Amino acid sequence: MSAQTSKKAPAKPAPAKAAQPKAAQPKLTQVFDRPKSLKDVPWHFCPGCHHGVIHRLVGEQLDAFGLREKTIGVASVGCSVFLYDYFDVDVVESPHGRAAAVATGVKRARPDNFVFTYQGDGDLAAIGTAEIVHAANRGEKILVVFVNNAVFGMTGGQMAPTTLAGQVTTTSPRGRDIETAGPPIRMAEMLTTLEGASFVARVAVDNIKNLKKAKAALKRAFEYQVNGWGFAFVEFLSSCPTNWKMTPEAANARVGKEMADYFPLATFKDRRAE
Amino acid sequence: MAKRVLVKGNEAIAMGAIAAGCRFYFGYPITPQNDIPEYMSAHLPDAGGVFIQAESEIASINMLLGAAVTGARAMTSSSSPGISLKQEGISYLCGSEVPGVIVNMSRSGPGLGGIHPSQGDYFQSTRGGGHGDYRTLVLAPSTAQENYDLTMLAFDLADKYRNPVLILGDALLGNIKEPVELKPYRKTPPVKDWALTGTAGRPQRIVKSLFLADGELTVQNWKLFKKYQSMERDVRFENYLTDDAEMIVVAFGSVARILKTSVDKLRAKGRKIGLLRPITLFPFPKAAVLAAAQQCGHLMAVELNTGQMVEDVRLAADCQAKVDFYGRPPGSIPTPDELAHEVEKAWRQGGRK
Ligand SMILES: Cc1ncc(C[n+]2csc(CCOP(=O)(O)OP(=O)(O)O)c2C)c(N)n1
Ligand code: SF4
Ligand SMILES: [Mg+2]
Repeated sequence: MSAQTSKKAPAKPAPAKAAQPKAAQPKLTQVFDRPKSLKDVPWHFCPGCHHGVIHRLVGEQLDAFGLREKTIGVASVGCSVFLYDYFDVDVVESPHGRAAAVATGVKRARPDNFVFTYQGDGDLAAIGTAEIVHAANRGEKILVVFVNNAVFGMTGGQMAPTTLAGQVTTTSPRGRDIETAGPPIRMAEMLTTLEGASFVARVAVDNIKNLKKAKAALKRAFEYQVNGWGFAFVEFLSSCPTNWKMTPEAANARVGKEMADYFPLATFKDRRAE
Repeated sequence: MAKRVLVKGNEAIAMGAIAAGCRFYFGYPITPQNDIPEYMSAHLPDAGGVFIQAESEIASINMLLGAAVTGARAMTSSSSPGISLKQEGISYLCGSEVPGVIVNMSRSGPGLGGIHPSQGDYFQSTRGGGHGDYRTLVLAPSTAQENYDLTMLAFDLADKYRNPVLILGDALLGNIKEPVELKPYRKTPPVKDWALTGTAGRPQRIVKSLFLADGELTVQNWKLFKKYQSMERDVRFENYLTDDAEMIVVAFGSVARILKTSVDKLRAKGRKIGLLRPITLFPFPKAAVLAAAQQCGHLMAVELNTGQMVEDVRLAADCQAKVDFYGRPPGSIPTPDELAHEVEKAWRQGGRK
């Protein structure tokens, strides 16, 4: 996503004009660039993985709000552990699942900094359930970016609390049996029930329409911390073509269909708008 | 002279922390250390600090990691089972070199055990306790005054080494009530050029414990090892009536305090017996123990457990002394007479030579 493009670049140089050395150059307008909050390095993510797109969206908002130099990111353990390799902001690495508690400590000590966590579904919805519930309920003024790809990506595709019913993973080889594993957890809805949580949304980045909605929701979530309004949580439905054993296209399509069917895309709570 | 107050050992810890500039405390209730979170909840806000009663000990230690990584002085406290839960976080603090003070007013185990004084957490405290090849500094007070003094020192040592410091007390030291002189804290905490504050005017800072590149973790582990070795400079111990001793008892914390009276009683009977009290359990006062071994050829470790520190005493004595042991598992606190009797028994049997 690093290429710079221009709107009206001619497909071929026009030979007639090339003969006239003083012809006016076509005016180039830059319409696409890497956010300053992101470093100019290649992703380690697999082809078709949505982590990179979600990183970019977060980077765009850090730029838009002018927060790069004020931000302290909290990396979690999962495929996004290398947060510090991509974001040009201060970053602390949290133990697996504890990012919301670490962010609590950071934000309480530095209330004027912008603090966000970036966590996968194994991290946040399995081992870190207690930490996210209580950080939300205390109304910590942090942003939580939750990337739900229905699987433990980093460890090789094991079942997550968010794995869909019947989904085959390396630890649900016969498909997730909800009789014994329980149904997938809808974290956004669960956190919405907490009085302490102020903004809760679920978005996806599988098509342009959803991307635009995701951007808008993320922007709103940023406003919550920038204005000191409280705890904001944005769940991104995300693809993991590698562990879903799908092509990038098929994985992308699955996000919009199977995943979004069970995990509805919506803004569940926007306290300031109520 | 500084103000003197009559307080519980637990309160002395909290007072020492606030005096040393600790402004962030995170904890979860557990007996016998509840006076610490209670005191902090009452007094930290007035000092401009933050108290959070966390959802668990796991959350507490991770909140400490978050606050400390910004350069703030932060503390958490608990007792044995809760300290077990903090071990992952302590390992991360060591791995990513973040300072912090962790108080263990230990109780008895294993499992839920009981709330008696015990020294059963000696191994856990001095061997790292969590995963990986690391150490924490361990301070072992034996009076309420030392609770106060060593807590202030703990913050300085934590910052000096960018490493967590453990204060290991027990139910007795937490609940004993005695006069404490509230000495003012006079040091200036160091500037932390690694702390996360936002990148304004400088390059990005990263605090992490993941080192995946070829050879990186080897380098990091050797670096940590050298740091742990350098902590030897801060070794602390107390020698009590050891100069002419023909036998030296080695003990720390609450039991060392009881033993002082036992030693006095034995001295009154003409027995030339002294006491060596390690104050830092890591680094362990190896040189002092070796000197004691060479001086009298007869040492005796006394602990409120079935034998943990005695291993360090034997290693340090380097076979230059007979090392006897008397252990008391949790359930009752030995009296000075009982301990004097045990020590005298060993003394009669004699040491090496
Ligand atoms: C205490 C602990 N348990 C287990 C692990 C192993 N582990 C690393 S990442 C991970 C799960 C990652 O899944 P998720 O959070 O969904 O992130 P993803 O890789 O899918 O983005 C696990 C279990 C660990 N690092 N620490
Ligand atoms: S394993 Fe899955 S989540 Fe991890 S980088 Fe690859 S596609 Fe993304
Ligand atoms: Mg995942």
